[in-house]
Amino acid sequence: MKNAAQNAISATSGVLRTLGMTFMHSFRKRDTIMYPEEQPYLPPRYRGRIVLTRDPDGAERCVACNLCSVACPVDCISVVKTEDETGRWYPESFRINFSRCIYCGFCEEACPTYAIQLTPDFEMGEFDRQQMVYEKSDLLISGVGKRPGYNFYRVAGMAVGGKDKGAAENEAEPIDIKTLLP
Amino acid sequence: MATITIDGNQYDVDDTENLLAVALSKGYDLPYFCWHPELHSVGACRQCAVKQYRNDEDEKGMIVMACMTPCSDGGRFEIADKEAAEMRSQVIEWLMINHPHDCPVCEEGGECHLQDMTLMTGHTQRRYRGPKRTHRNQDLGPFISHEMNRCIACYRCVRFYRDYADGDDLRALGSHNNVYFGRDSDGALDNEFSGNLVEVCPTGVFTDKTLGAHYNRKWDMQNAPGICTHCSLGCNTSPGSRQGMLKRIQNRFHGEINHYFLCDRGRFGAGFVNRDDRPRQPLVRNADGILEPRAMDVMRDTMESVFAEAKGVVGVGSPRASLEDNYALRHLVGAKQFSNGMSAPDAAASRAALAVLENHSGQLATLREIEECDAVLILGEDVTQTAPRVALSLRQSARNKHHEMAAANKIPKWHARAVRDIGQTHNSPIFSATTHATRLDDIVVEPYRARPNAIAALGFAVANALDATAPAAVEPLDQDAQAFVDAIAATLKGAKKPLIIAGTSLGDPSILAAAGNAMRALRTANSEARLFVTFNEANSLGLAMMEDRDVDTAFAAIEDGTADTLVVMQNCLYERAPKARVDAAIKKAKNVIVMDHSLTRTVGEAATHVLPAGSFAEADGTLINNEGRAQRFFQVFIPDAPMQEGWRWAQDLAEVAGHKPDWIGMDDLIAAIVADMPQFAGIQDAAPSQSFRKFGMRFPRSPHRYSGRTALYANVDVRERRPEVDPDSALSYSMEGYQGVATPPALMSYAWAPGWDSNQAAITRFQDEVGGHLKGGDPGVRILRVAAGHSAFADATIHPVAGWQAVPIHAIFGSESQSARSAAIVERMPAAEYRVNPAAAKSLKLTAGDTLELAIDGETHAFPIAIDPSLPDQTVGVPVGMHGVCGLRLPVEIKP
Repeated sequence: MKNAAQNAISATSGVLRTLGMTFMHSFRKRDTIMYPEEQPYLPPRYRGRIVLTRDPDGAERCVACNLCSVACPVDCISVVKTEDETGRWYPESFRINFSRCIYCGFCEEACPTYAIQLTPDFEMGEFDRQQMVYEKSDLLISGVGKRPGYNFYRVAGMAVGGKDKGAAENEAEPIDIKTLLP
Repeated sequence: MATITIDGNQYDVDDTENLLAVALSKGYDLPYFCWHPELHSVGACRQCAVKQYRNDEDEKGMIVMACMTPCSDGGRFEIADKEAAEMRSQVIEWLMINHPHDCPVCEEGGECHLQDMTLMTGHTQRRYRGPKRTHRNQDLGPFISHEMNRCIACYRCVRFYRDYADGDDLRALGSHNNVYFGRDSDGALDNEFSGNLVEVCPTGVFTDKTLGAHYNRKWDMQNAPGICTHCSLGCNTSPGSRQGMLKRIQNRFHGEINHYFLCDRGRFGAGFVNRDDRPRQPLVRNADGILEPRAMDVMRDTMESVFAEAKGVVGVGSPRASLEDNYALRHLVGAKQFSNGMSAPDAAASRAALAVLENHSGQLATLREIEECDAVLILGEDVTQTAPRVALSLRQSARNKHHEMAAANKIPKWHARAVRDIGQTHNSPIFSATTHATRLDDIVVEPYRARPNAIAALGFAVANALDATAPAAVEPLDQDAQAFVDAIAATLKGAKKPLIIAGTSLGDPSILAAAGNAMRALRTANSEARLFVTFNEANSLGLAMMEDRDVDTAFAAIEDGTADTLVVMQNCLYERAPKARVDAAIKKAKNVIVMDHSLTRTVGEAATHVLPAGSFAEADGTLINNEGRAQRFFQVFIPDAPMQEGWRWAQDLAEVAGHKPDWIGMDDLIAAIVADMPQFAGIQDAAPSQSFRKFGMRFPRSPHRYSGRTALYANVDVRERRPEVDPDSALSYSMEGYQGVATPPALMSYAWAPGWDSNQAAITRFQDEVGGHLKGGDPGVRILRVAAGHSAFADATIHPVAGWQAVPIHAIFGSESQSARSAAIVERMPAAEYRVNPAAAKSLKLTAGDTLELAIDGETHAFPIAIDPSLPDQTVGVPVGMHGVCGLRLPVEIKP
């Protein structure tokens, strides 16, 4: 008898306590935000819309090496290489089919020049799926993104416009093959 | 035989081999740079370090270079040994010290031996932070790009270029840390095999310039097993494409033919496939003489009325088209109205060559076998220009003397430097009789220069000297020539494996008869004798085997009015007969229907109807190479245009003409060929049939990491296209299907194995032993059957020309009509000039550079003259296939 009374009290108090806690939540700070009027905070390394960045000199960082394209598990990146008159590689076309993209960020990891970067923007909904195909003009931004200092061609050995052989970082002057001196 | 132990596993191996070759053959991943299956060992790069133990008790062992270690009996080796592995990773770290941070912008990336080896040794982090050595690059011409910074100084390039291909203008310059591989100044590489540097170089110093212009990584290519169509040898290639554009030609290993190397015509001559001026849709010539495009179905109706109104149809086939295309046309017009499309002299010479091949009493050499022959007689053929890959094999055969001397001194054959040092300039004898100086003269014993008929006389005399019952030419040779003939006969008789080479390029059947006689006579004296015959075009032998008449019969049918409609399959009539005759025939013909892939003169000027046929990259087919090997090539990509295979056009035309054959795919067509022409029995086995599958799977054209599939055409339509289905072969148009070592060699579109991305190294995993043959047998079937009971010598008939004579001068870049349409080849075409010797120039009262107007075979061409002292008297060397000179029937008497 005593046990039955104790059970009834504890069960009732549990229910009341839960009800109370639930009621108290109406005085707490809200976790739900009023999107889209109010924008959420997303960290800089959030994996959203993909952009192509420029190096600190303002030139395209992408050298069309195709590593992003081959790293992509859904094969949604297509890059066509071309080069300018000085021998600098750059993409003639750069296409991402965002209707296939899974925002895994492998392309960013694969990129040897920090050209391709994922940004915290995720608002890419479209009524027409065809609109999800982004060309280079849609992807290329005018800044350096998350990697301020890096310029691939300043490190690479290849001579391009504005940078001759031996002018890259940690490079000696081109050798003189005619000399016999040791 | 020797028994050795590698990493605890016992193997019975060939004791004449080195440890590196054996370890690779047994499937071990052992890194290397300077070694190459064809260039052998020099022990320069120190990369293939392994541990060798003296005996079973030895626990310490010593580090040795595998490539310089013979596989002697009882040897015990450790590849996995920690010390050896450490040494290998340190060596690669040194090699990489100056290597630039270039991979993303390097054409070699993705198929780079250096990348593979760096990964294999585990050197994945750069520790060196000091300054890197840099170099200026050179302009090496239209074929090859140069980026010296990437060099690791393995010396493979100069060892291939100088020691293997006998080139002279690429060398190691500078010294110690400054060593530089290039020419003394900018300029195109002179050797005809320079393109192999692209594959021989383990890194990206030498890359394919034609690929670089429209670059793709290896993993993004759609390839197919290809056969080179630029000469008669049938070298195996692997054409790579992407998005309907042919990107490059790579070597495809064939243990009997080209093995690791191609010539530059084959490698860089395919640019014609990408030309903008190609007919890419059905065309009809309107009243103003302009070709207007037509839709496929409209064209079909037009053709129906053309065939309904035709009063006799003649077909002209082509020695550059596949057997299938030719047969389909022959089926369309009927055997009696079909001509093989060869010019009269070419057809006669090819027939003579076929007769020699069928009635030969010795063995037919393969291209690979030439390298083992230790005495060679070349009759008339300037092989470097007409069948270039032969020249590279001949250069190896000259070095048999080196190997013989080395063997006598117990030096193993793989010890490249020692073999070379002992051989010096002692070469195995090569005798060559040609009309003029050739690029092989540096390895030829006393080059013999004469007119075609005199070359034939020389051949008959050699036969006579070898066997007195063989007829000699009527006019006796002079004393010097007779002594030369006796020397040739004695050398061939005494050789271990003598070889006779002849060909059809001089257009003189008597040379082939002479070669046949010499072979028959030699065979009785030396049972190891070999014969090698070259033809003018990729399928010349196949067409000769079809036993149809030459192109003149087609013209005759038009001229005498028995026919008024010409149907031409992948041929340019102007290349086969003098212009006047072609023009007259075309004027008389009511309709000229041309199925071709290029804007030839026939398409541009003569055709009333053009049907765009697929080139080798857009069609499947079978070609018979010069040794009678039937080989299948496969479609590389589906063109984004209303084009189809030549045989499909012929089938469509047969349908409108009222007798449609019921071929659905290649299998049906090939079966029809074999049923109709029993001489081709066996071609069905050249490659697995279209229904062949492995575990129910097709065989992929692309590597498994083919990228961008969901984005490539997303700009056109975001919905992915259905993968194309190949109705004609067991290959798939994607990366899906069976990938592995059990792929039939004839269906191997590309070479790739885990950890081995570079073409020349990856193929090791598909060979029975390194540099040997492909597992499952080298592709293709030899279908020539030796006729029984033909033992008589041919008559020694020659047709001497008393006065002046024009002889053809062939050029590797320019004389072959398809490659001559490729931009890179055009840059290397020789200048238009007549060649005469000084005495002839004097009698013509001309000096070098003066213009000579010459009527040859009814056509007049004016070119400056060049003095070539090697030509015989009263002989004019005429460039063929270039500068408007085509269709001349050379050699021919002239009156300057």
